[in-house]
Amino acid sequence: MQSTRSIVIRRFLLACACGLAPIASWANDIAQFKVAKGSVYLERSGQRLPARVGTHLQATDIVVTGADGSAGIAFVDNSLLSIGPNSVLAIERYAFNSTTHEGAFESSLRKGTLSVVSGKIAKQSPDAMKVKTPSSILGVRGTEFLVHSGD
Amino acid sequence: MHRHYAALIAALVLGGCATPSQDLVVLLPDKEGKVGTVVVQGQKGKTVLNTAYASARTTSEGGVQRGTASQSEVKDVFGSALAAQPPRPISFTLYFESGSDEFTEQSKQEVKRLLAEMARRQAPDITVIGHTDQVGPDPSNDALSLQRAERVKSILAGMGIPAERILTAGRGRREPLIPAADGVSEPRNRRVEISVR
Repeated sequence: MQSTRSIVIRRFLLACACGLAPIASWANDIAQFKVAKGSVYLERSGQRLPARVGTHLQATDIVVTGADGSAGIAFVDNSLLSIGPNSVLAIERYAFNSTTHEGAFESSLRKGTLSVVSGKIAKQSPDAMKVKTPSSILGVRGTEFLVHSGD
Repeated sequence: MHRHYAALIAALVLGGCATPSQDLVVLLPDKEGKVGTVVVQGQKGKTVLNTAYASARTTSEGGVQRGTASQSEVKDVFGSALAAQPPRPISFTLYFESGSDEFTEQSKQEVKRLLAEMARRQAPDITVIGHTDQVGPDPSNDALSLQRAERVKSILAGMGIPAERILTAGRGRREPLIPAADGVSEPRNRRVEISVR
């Protein structure tokens, strides 16, 4: 009896969790494209998605531009990242507590050019923001800088 | 065997490539001319950039070379990335008439400026951030500031800003506009700030 009831409860909880899934994924939105020129797309879970002005990003998305592409992204902590042509930028980790401003922001410029204006995460905790390239790691204590990787 | 593989991999990683990837990092002054700090850690060395246009280049040996970038080099290499920067976020601050749900007269004008700013931007989104005074403990101020932010969100949604473009945050008493001692009721600190991106 006990076990039947617990299965029912578990199923009910599972149904609730599924019902909540769209809200949870909405909360995962961490940033939006504000600029998208030429060829710009996102790689998300192995899929290639077009990126346009207004497209939302999620942590672990990879942003790719073609030879004529460039893109500008505003994150919810007010960090601004933009990339030039022939660039690959992987968002590896993004967490932001909007009450305490604690968080973590790690991205990787695999190739191309990147411009960064750091936001509230870097301001609150000096070691919370990192930008990696294939040959170096940048620790960001604010505020504006440029990175070119490759060639 | 294992040692051979390890040596091979090390050789490939540390300089086996004909043209190893080289980075250039340049620190820029912000709009007010202030400069932050970036620490560049290479495979074998590191350097700290903390002056305007200070640059770091990784070398094929894994080291990091410090230098200064010219403005023309910045423009040549980074012109497209810089041109794609989103507009800077702008903040608006709103106050309520004391003990009421109505914005003050001045804040009504500020709401008009907020709407005009949003109209100027591409795909704007906003964070409504509630702040409290220095009276009471953190947890209750956090809850109160979030409540204020949620109230402003519903007012702004009623004015036609799509609700899905509005995030809310409760910053509690952590960021007073006017420095005040613990327990001081300062009305200018009881405010709602709206950050437009």
